[in-house]
Amino acid sequence: MTLMQKFLGAAAGVALSAGAALAEPALIFDLGGKFDKSFNEAAFNGAQRWAEETGGKFLEIELQSEAQREQALRRFAEAGANPVITTGFAFATPVEAVAGDYPDTKFVNIDGWMPEVPANVQLIGFQEHQGSYLVGMMAAMASKTGTVGFIGGMDIPLIRHFGCGYAQGAKAVNPDIKIVANMTGTTPTAWNDPVKGSELTKAQIAQGADVIYAAAGGTGVGVLQTAADEGILSIGVDSNQNHLHPGKVLTSMLKRVDVAVYNSMKAGADLETGGFTILGLAEDGVGVAMDENNASLVTDEMKAAVEDARAKIISGDINVVAYYENDSCPAHDF
Amino acid sequence: MNKMPQWADVVLIPLISLLLAAILSALVILAIGENPWAAFKLMVDGALMRSAGWGYTLYYATNFMFTGLAVAVAFHARIFNIGGEGQAMFAGLGVAYVCLFIPWPHWSLALIGASVGAAVFGALWALIPAYLQAKRGSHIVITTIMFNFIAAALLNYMLVNVLRPPRSMDPATATFPEATHLPSFRDMFSTADNIMFRGAPANVTFFIALAACVLVWYLIWRTRLGYEIRAFGFSESGAKYAGISPVRITIIAMLISGALAGLMSVNTTMGESERLVLNSTEGAGFIGIAVALMGRNHPFGVFLAAILFGFLYQGGAELALWTNIPRELIVVIQALVILFTGALDNMVRMPLEKLFLSMRKGDA
Repeated sequence: MTLMQKFLGAAAGVALSAGAALAEPALIFDLGGKFDKSFNEAAFNGAQRWAEETGGKFLEIELQSEAQREQALRRFAEAGANPVITTGFAFATPVEAVAGDYPDTKFVNIDGWMPEVPANVQLIGFQEHQGSYLVGMMAAMASKTGTVGFIGGMDIPLIRHFGCGYAQGAKAVNPDIKIVANMTGTTPTAWNDPVKGSELTKAQIAQGADVIYAAAGGTGVGVLQTAADEGILSIGVDSNQNHLHPGKVLTSMLKRVDVAVYNSMKAGADLETGGFTILGLAEDGVGVAMDENNASLVTDEMKAAVEDARAKIISGDINVVAYYENDSCPAHDF
Repeated sequence: MNKMPQWADVVLIPLISLLLAAILSALVILAIGENPWAAFKLMVDGALMRSAGWGYTLYYATNFMFTGLAVAVAFHARIFNIGGEGQAMFAGLGVAYVCLFIPWPHWSLALIGASVGAAVFGALWALIPAYLQAKRGSHIVITTIMFNFIAAALLNYMLVNVLRPPRSMDPATATFPEATHLPSFRDMFSTADNIMFRGAPANVTFFIALAACVLVWYLIWRTRLGYEIRAFGFSESGAKYAGISPVRITIIAMLISGALAGLMSVNTTMGESERLVLNSTEGAGFIGIAVALMGRNHPFGVFLAAILFGFLYQGGAELALWTNIPRELIVVIQALVILFTGALDNMVRMPLEKLFLSMRKGDA
């Protein structure tokens, strides 16, 4: 008897004896891989926290190929996994295609967008532009040269979305500020190219930048390192990266993918589906990281300004324009 | 003149190489504390014992057949085309344009149109390096690999700025219209009470790949052009002496090669995802080199090697789904097969040749 048959048998047994409520959740990582120090890893951490707290187990797969998207969704759904959580916008279309065949399975997609959400699918989106706006304000306030930098990973709309919020925040503090923006590359290796991140950092320093925001997955590690070596400030992304270079990282733009995964797993089969969950500043889905590692860098003035802007964004007094509202950015031309 | 019989060259060497790769892979799996026999059974069960598994194996094999044939055709002219990846990527744009902007009445017509689009775009992408090689002597290995990056950048630009539907986060085109959806194996082979190939992406393009194998065989061994390509490959000066133009052969061989590599995007873009995604080629252009090497540049060999690599890909997915073997190690296993069948070919060949030579001496 093979492992798979054993597994399928066990899963079927669980489903038969206890109903779908006890089914294990499944987590599908996008092509970036589980340990990308950023987005997928945050999802993994959330799942891990759920597993430790509840003693439960979850199924997982790191994809290798585009064709495996549907395959992994179907195989986990057929094995009785519930809910099936996917990370990354590229899963939106496969989830949409598969969901109808498995009406009893609940699917979650983080970062995706669909014109119409099927009844058993929940989409979770983050207001990255709001968090980026706040770190953009801090960057502009910390900058002495009047030039701030942005280094993105792959040149895709999502990353322009990060950069656009950042540029708006920086311009809100100092309308004359110069923003230097670069993308690392046009292939998926751009997410994991710290050497190129380091080169881009040096190039931006040469152009006068003294605070650089990295929204580039593993590439950002090189950006933060070089910024620390060259004596300028950097801003981390997704997870709290302040601790990587204490006293050298101004702050990190938090995107709580871990919380989204944790909550979805906790809800299990009772997960509410059929719509969008938008996690913004109000829900603490995004935010800025303040801890002992950057306490010396953050002035009271900055704190007050960020708090003020945060409240105004939540109340709607400040409108941060999302890049994909009309596929362009009012504050910077990408 | 031959040091060993043909069957040993074609069958025995790949088999021994495979066996060596399998033994090393088993050791690797043992080293991380998993059971290699269970892993192997899982791969076989997942890839070959279920019709859906076959559907995936053949889907991957279709890609590898096209790219393998592309490398093989160029190699008969002693041209090393490692730009199959870029040619397939650029051909994806051709497929997308044909499917999105021409209102096809039926999938069969759309398939012909998309195949032509893919072949033309793929050939175009091979034309520039071919011209540079033929006329300027720029080494084709360097230019084709550089063209892979240019294709990636171009595709990225087109998908992010031109072809992406508004509001979508995903750098991909809109889904192709219903009429261009190719029948999958499920549509073709399922009966009402027996659903075969459920959810598998293998589609009618597989048969185009089979036809391409036959056509390439015919071209290389049964036509005048094929004779010229092979003559050019054996000796450029000899071919010149016989009145064969090196410029013409280089360009034609590369055009055919590029067109074949391009055709794989019909399978991935039109057959599987039904839209053009950024990552549609996924290294199949490079796997094509290993497939051609292992298949000895013969279409039938390419066919068998493509099935083998399809099995490795689908079996690898099964390992990733149901075991704790990390995906990096699955790549290691795939790489070991490539290493032994391609790069370390002589390691098996030389002792075998000696063995056969000594046997022959014994006979005499």
